[in-house]
Amino acid sequence: MHEFSIAMDIVDIATSTARKEAATVVKEIEIEIGQLSGVVMEALEFSLEAAMKGTILENARRNLIIVAGKARCTQCLSEYDTDTLFKPCPKCGTCAPDVIQGRELRVKSLIVE
Amino acid sequence: MCDSCGCGQPGKEPIILKPGEESHHHTHTHDHHDHDHDHSHEHDHGHSHERKLEIEQDVLGRNNLLAERNRGFFEAKNVLALNLVSSPGSGKTSLLERTIRDQGENLSFFIIEGDQQTMNDANRIREAGAPVVQVNTGEGCHLDADMVNKAVKKLEVEDGAILMIENVGNLVCPAMFDLGESSRVVIMSVTEGEDKPLKYPYMFRSSDLCIINKTDLLPYLDFDLEQARNYAQQVNPKLAFIELSVKTGEGMDSWYDWLRQTANPSQV
Repeated sequence: MHEFSIAMDIVDIATSTARKEAATVVKEIEIEIGQLSGVVMEALEFSLEAAMKGTILENARRNLIIVAGKARCTQCLSEYDTDTLFKPCPKCGTCAPDVIQGRELRVKSLIVE
Repeated sequence: MCDSCGCGQPGKEPIILKPGEESHHHTHTHDHHDHDHDHSHEHDHGHSHERKLEIEQDVLGRNNLLAERNRGFFEAKNVLALNLVSSPGSGKTSLLERTIRDQGENLSFFIIEGDQQTMNDANRIREAGAPVVQVNTGEGCHLDADMVNKAVKKLEVEDGAILMIENVGNLVCPAMFDLGESSRVVIMSVTEGEDKPLKYPYMFRSSDLCIINKTDLLPYLDFDLEQARNYAQQVNPKLAFIELSVKTGEGMDSWYDWLRQTANPSQV
């Protein structure tokens, strides 16, 4: 639901970093989005398109990397893939997962000139 | 676009007021997004000077940093800060009113109210007898750490007090925004359906305590309490539960015990 404000924050982070490094154009932006972060990809794509207009990211390539969700069973400690917050452990069946990966929402890198 | 939610007018700040201040407030301080429109290009070399900048910066970082500052402030003042979240109409404000009336002699309460519009909730809290500040988010759908930071300063919270922050009624967005609270309390009522936790997992996962309110209505409903607990525990195995009725008072003692224990763990 906040994809637009997230997009604006991404543009802010990229713009201020680029400025600090005396770059004038961003050619590519790499963003990590966890499967379990709550962000809707299509909405973020759409919002980024709008938020990047008129900024030094205007024509930048967008590289959105989805980080897979991973959980660790608090019962048997085995790790397993998951795309929800409450998938039961495939090994012991307990539904008590600790999410260890997949909640990221991070600007990973820029390619600038 | 509003600062936090991407809707409405640009630069519109949330309004933070004590009851009675409505007539002479005015908004200032515009915390704009500063978009860089600098297109000064350097002379063309004919080959690119492309370089990669590794950033690794968390997007919600700014709110999280402010939240940690709030957290530090609360710890220094030995204040128990609670973030009360729920859908609209579950009984958050009524719970606060009753808690203040019943326990106001024993415990020191300070309240922050969050709504899109009106001073209604803050006025109710003032009537109940606790110091309160109302945050009106305008079109915003959740409180954030910055709003809480400003509201707390206005409230002048005392050392050792219990600060209860009643978030905007919304089971979706507040889940993403750390306010710097010590604990998050999610409130659902028996009229909402057992599968609420499954439908709004982020909120239930991020909470420490789940209050199930309006138990006085159970005879008129098909609500299965145990099923509701099971669903909630699927999403968050560590979630604690208190079932109560603000209206009749049933179960309220468990809530007061939890408050006392959480505020003063050494003095149980």
